[in-house]
Amino acid sequence: MRAELIADVVAEFKAYGRIVIVGASLAGLRAAETLRDEGFTGPLTIIGDEKQEPYDRPPLSKQVLKGLARADHTLLPRMRKVDADWRLGVAATGLDRRVKQVRLADGEQVPFDRLLIATGTRSRPWFNPQEAALEGVFTLRTADDAGRLRAALAAGPGRVLIVGAGFIGSEMASVCRELGLAVTVAERAEGPLVGALGGVIGDIAAEMQRDHGVDLRTGVSVEALEGDAQGHVRRARLSDGTTLDVDVVVASLGSIRNTEWLEGAGLASGRWGVACDAGCRVFDINGVVTDSIFVAGDIARAPHVLYDYQFLVQEHWDNADVGGRVAAHNMVSLEPQRRPHLPLPAFWSGQFGVNIKGVGVGPFADEIVITQGSVTDRRFAAAYGRNGRIVAAVTFNHGKWLEYYGALIERSAPFPPPPPGYDHPDGMQPMPARFPTPGAPTGWPDVVLTGHDPTERGAEYEYRTKKR
Amino acid sequence: MRPEIAWAEAMKFENRHDPYRFFDELRKTPVARVADDIYVVTGYWELLALAHDPRVSSDISRSPLQAKRAAAQEPPPEAEHLTAYGRQPSMIMSDPPYHDRARRQAMRQFGPPHSPDLIPSMEPGIERLCNELLGKAAGKTRIDIVDEYGYRVPVTVICKILGVPLEDEKAFHAWIFDFMAGLDLGPEAATEEGKVRAAKGRESTAALTEYLRGLIDGYVRKPGEGLLSRLVNDDGPDGPMAPPEAAANALLLLIAGHDSTVNTISHCVLTLLRNPGSVELLRRRPGLIPRAIEEVLRLQSAVQFFPSRSATADIEVGGTVIPEGSAIFLMYGAANRDPGRFPDPGRFDPERRANEHFGWGSGIHTCFGGPLARLEVNVALEVFLQRVENPRLVVDPPPYRRNQIFRGPQHLFIDYDRIREHS
Ligand SMILES: Cc1cc2nc3c(=O)[nH]c(=O)nc-3n(C[C@H](O)[C@H](O)[C@H](O)COP(=O)(O)OP(=O)(O)OC[C@H]3O[C@@H](n4cnc5c(N)ncnc54)[C@H](O)[C@@H]3O)c2cc1C
Ligand code: HEM
Repeated sequence: MRAELIADVVAEFKAYGRIVIVGASLAGLRAAETLRDEGFTGPLTIIGDEKQEPYDRPPLSKQVLKGLARADHTLLPRMRKVDADWRLGVAATGLDRRVKQVRLADGEQVPFDRLLIATGTRSRPWFNPQEAALEGVFTLRTADDAGRLRAALAAGPGRVLIVGAGFIGSEMASVCRELGLAVTVAERAEGPLVGALGGVIGDIAAEMQRDHGVDLRTGVSVEALEGDAQGHVRRARLSDGTTLDVDVVVASLGSIRNTEWLEGAGLASGRWGVACDAGCRVFDINGVVTDSIFVAGDIARAPHVLYDYQFLVQEHWDNADVGGRVAAHNMVSLEPQRRPHLPLPAFWSGQFGVNIKGVGVGPFADEIVITQGSVTDRRFAAAYGRNGRIVAAVTFNHGKWLEYYGALIERSAPFPPPPPGYDHPDGMQPMPARFPTPGAPTGWPDVVLTGHDPTERGAEYEYRTKKR
Repeated sequence: MRPEIAWAEAMKFENRHDPYRFFDELRKTPVARVADDIYVVTGYWELLALAHDPRVSSDISRSPLQAKRAAAQEPPPEAEHLTAYGRQPSMIMSDPPYHDRARRQAMRQFGPPHSPDLIPSMEPGIERLCNELLGKAAGKTRIDIVDEYGYRVPVTVICKILGVPLEDEKAFHAWIFDFMAGLDLGPEAATEEGKVRAAKGRESTAALTEYLRGLIDGYVRKPGEGLLSRLVNDDGPDGPMAPPEAAANALLLLIAGHDSTVNTISHCVLTLLRNPGSVELLRRRPGLIPRAIEEVLRLQSAVQFFPSRSATADIEVGGTVIPEGSAIFLMYGAANRDPGRFPDPGRFDPERRANEHFGWGSGIHTCFGGPLARLEVNVALEVFLQRVENPRLVVDPPPYRRNQIFRGPQHLFIDYDRIREHS
């Protein structure tokens, strides 16, 4: 095709193409804004099953539970006005790729030329439905969840039980202590944050919890919840035979990806999310890339050049923010202009007065070394290594150093990294990072597409840190 | 041009108004050796990497410049600045964990989360002062933006914040002038005049240090208003700061706390007047002022570099190995014009996107006072734009001050038709 013909195709699509976004949260909103930014003026429909306008989730487990912000006051800042047909409060229930239509719960069919899937995840519910229905039993994913849980905490319950000590569970425990509430954390693994950061950091996180008066129980699971005559939860039975008197229980058991509505659509979607290439284009069930369906945010899984091209799912804010933008750009661009979404994974968390920040993929590593600062003072940096190269890093109140480690990870620099010129921690020996053994459920499926030569550095990564 | 020649040219007084031609030369080798043990970094990406590399130390006692100074009877010119802040290291010339602790102690009295209201509470006073200063210029048609406008604002504010009596301003202004003039890293430092300036700088620095020690001791005996008093008396998680340390940091805060702000205000006015249409643009869209200020900081970084850094190990960067023990100058002003990072880098574009320049530094020593400085420059510029009618440059380039690190005009004369009434 001649160049002007191609330009015509793009211009025509931008003027008349129909785009549908399913999922009206961070990834979906940023995609919609980007589409309009890039000059797409055709009809845009945004479908979201939550009634609220797009809002931000990280404050829910922090400011909202503390009572510093109201649950309905965390709307996402808008980067620009988006002219779109917003269908809020109605779920998508099916996708028919032959006729290119999204089916809605109210029976309507919405046609599209390009589709973005951004339906994210939901909390894994408490496994026993009767117990889950007891008053005082919560999960936390939505603003409504946060509003209800905040009210329960503000009422001054006797004891709060948090089941699961990942980032969100640990943040909630921290808030409970700040509110002066008695709190027990029950975690099946050997310590808090172990799935994401391994046992060495888990030990430090455990100490932080105990120093702040959390009754932390590790290596145990909660087997049953019991209610009183009014149907309010009052007691929990643990796998070590002990029981606890509790008034509030929060199940923080990880997430389930919202892929059910895609069943039968013939896409590579399932338990781990929707598979796509590094340009956010969805694979069909055969692994053939589609050209009209894109995916971004918590629900997307894409091969990552830095991690042996394994498929990576990233339930982190930055990934949804940037992924939504890249997907949108690629939806209205032809091949030479398409961009990869290759973020160096990055996350943060605030708990027990410590700002935790990380880059890279910890669970990919087998070794860890504390590189800077002091663990006792809760101010340090640590690097993770695998096969002699650095693959991740985490900082506790040491976030200004993160960029340095990000650059090392991008270059697949040797592990352990060279010793710093000052502020040496006591022991600087690499040690086993102690991640849960493979086979135990973790976020990382074992799909390897192809080999990877770590000395190849052709790829362009995005790496986001706020410079100031 | 060989790097050592380009470096000497960039440091020469006669080139102070435009060292950038020589920085462009230097950048052909983004990490260049310009003396036995001095490496200058002019590439954006190389600077970014080194500013975050924990093998680069800011601790002045590890710098070869310090060693030279100790060994020589008569200190070599490039070591002059080392005496500047006295024997006790301030945070800018030290490494973690000392640096982090000192910075936390000072920040506790300056910004959020512990003191979130201090900076915003300065705004009405800044605006009043700016209007007063322009009110004085109302009967005339010419003003020196440095002496009659830009300088008065930050010096008044920093005195109030620190608890340094404004009555002493005449005395410390003169001392700081000598200190700046004596701190010369260029070829003229070796001349007779240069040596005289250096000696005078040393004397004045000693006097200034003595003055601040006295002030701190007074606050130890009898607590008063302001950051310095709280620094030595407040019992936060890190405890009060020991008086000698507090004096060293007071010197840093007093100088850094106003000088670069003055230079940035001057450079904002200079840049707007050099670029026809930009005064009108910012009057029409005052929302662009914050971005215009960042763009001026990129083009005319008020802190061009800070010469206390050195390598604690052999460091490979940008195709060069910086040997352990070498001094490293991170040239913010040069890297801010790296065409590999900023398209059309010499152009003033108040709407430039992704403008992550090094005007505030980078890494753990990133400017401590940024939020205050931004507020001051913003208000000063806004009031200037509102009230000064038809401003024109009198001489371009204006005369510059001698100092290479803290770079800015000595005077900046502006002609105008009239000063509008204060609305
Ligand atoms: C309490 C909490 C704290 C967090 N803290 C942090 C943090 O500190 N740092 C960090 O990096 N990340 C944090 N996260 C994660 C971050 O919020 C997510 O990564 C981000 O929200 C992902 O955005 P998304 O748009 O991909 O998905 P989501 O935000 O999950 O949005 C998906 C949207 O699609 C809707 N939807 C689902 N199915 C359908 C359907 N069939 N039809 C229509 N709509 C549908 C959902 O209701 C939802 O509104 C936190 C998350 C939670 C819950
Ligand atoms: C526009 C005005 C200003 C500019 C351009 C500026 C620029 C800078 C730069 C580039 C650095 C890093 C130096 C290095 O390389 O180590 C720095 C550090 C510093 N600045 Fe500023 N500054 C300004 C205003 C201020 C003000 C108003 C204050 C005080 C209130 C201040 C206090 C400091 C301090 C204390 C440091 C050292 C921080 C540390 O070592 O952690 N600055 N500044």
